[in-house]
Amino acid sequence: MALSTDEAGRFAGLLESNGEALTSAWTDAVAGLLRGRLSHAELHRQIAELQKGFQSALSGGAADLEAEAAGELRALLSEVSSTRARQGFSATETAVSIFALKEAVLTVLDQDSATDAATLRDYVSFSSFIDRAGLFTFDSYVRAREELISDQAEQLLELSTPVVKLWEGVVAVPLVGTLDSARAQVVMERLLQTLVDTGSPYAIIDITGVPAVDTQVAQHILKTVVAARLMGADCIISGIRPQIAQTIVALGIEFGDIATKASLADALRHVLRQTDATAGRRGAGRRES
Amino acid sequence: MERVPVLKIGDILLVSIQIDMEDQVALQLQEDLADRIVGTGCHGVIIDISALDIVDSFVGRTLATIASISRVLDAETVVVGMRPAVAITLVELGLSLPGIRTALTVELGMALLARDRQFTLPDDDEDDADEAVVTAS
Repeated sequence: MALSTDEAGRFAGLLESNGEALTSAWTDAVAGLLRGRLSHAELHRQIAELQKGFQSALSGGAADLEAEAAGELRALLSEVSSTRARQGFSATETAVSIFALKEAVLTVLDQDSATDAATLRDYVSFSSFIDRAGLFTFDSYVRAREELISDQAEQLLELSTPVVKLWEGVVAVPLVGTLDSARAQVVMERLLQTLVDTGSPYAIIDITGVPAVDTQVAQHILKTVVAARLMGADCIISGIRPQIAQTIVALGIEFGDIATKASLADALRHVLRQTDATAGRRGAGRRES
Repeated sequence: MERVPVLKIGDILLVSIQIDMEDQVALQLQEDLADRIVGTGCHGVIIDISALDIVDSFVGRTLATIASISRVLDAETVVVGMRPAVAITLVELGLSLPGIRTALTVELGMALLARDRQFTLPDDDEDDADEAVVTAS
């Protein structure tokens, strides 16, 4: 239900004439809901800003929240809700801070003796405008939260997949945490890119930090090793804990001719022995890989 | 039709693919290489695919065929410079190019071939004259 220009104008007037009373009534209502998690002064400032936003939107003749005149109000609302989202308030607490304006308006109207049917109609349409604003806040809140979550997921992805240079021509990927498809893809891409960038013919995949190895995880690791081989680099899997070794055998996972070592140190020794053997000394297990 | 040049460097034939690998081009390369291996008596073939964005199953199979053909002609084939994206795609397609040896760069590929020749040479001198073989940097 859209506000008519008259209604909007009347409410702008109401907001303006009762400015201070309305702000404090509104602030009190919200402060009760937030149970003192935001200081009164800060809340008051925020509410006053919002009220000014409502006032300028309505006096600009905004029929609903999508109107051009309400642009500033929309920006204010989304700012408030995204700050609330980051401060850890719940969605209800955020939306209710807007809905509290209705109560505040009612309080102000009560003091005004000349209430009649016209005022009631005005109030209903105004309250639907506020409902719209509340829903908008809710939307922005959810959007802010989702952004927060996707940011964190991305950070987690970056945090958990470093590729380190261990020796001349040897890089290592210490995997930490559960390996799902998305992470396995990132690990694979980053490892292969590092192989190209550094020109390292050996890579060690250390799975000490992987809590469990099932067939899917093994599949991801195997794919990475095969891809590295296609590019001309050799992969060694290290950091296989006793329980993991038992699981691997119990599940019937075959690592084929991929070298597996118990510890990173063993893997590095294995690589160094190989590079040593291939560095020109004849004999000495060149074909063992 | 475009052709891929085959360059002879010492005992090695170097093929650097800089154009889109269409099926005809791949087949032509297969023929050219067989001819050149017999003509020059080279014992190593290096195929550089670092400029290739796409390697489809046909090209993959042609590479495998080239490797088999040159093995029959006593030449070792090394495919070098495969891009990560290409490697991932091939793995996802289930093509692991069996029988093809790979190296990261042309340099490493040449080192690999040099090492190979070394091991197949007759073992007559026991001194360390061959200590100075090319090493994998």
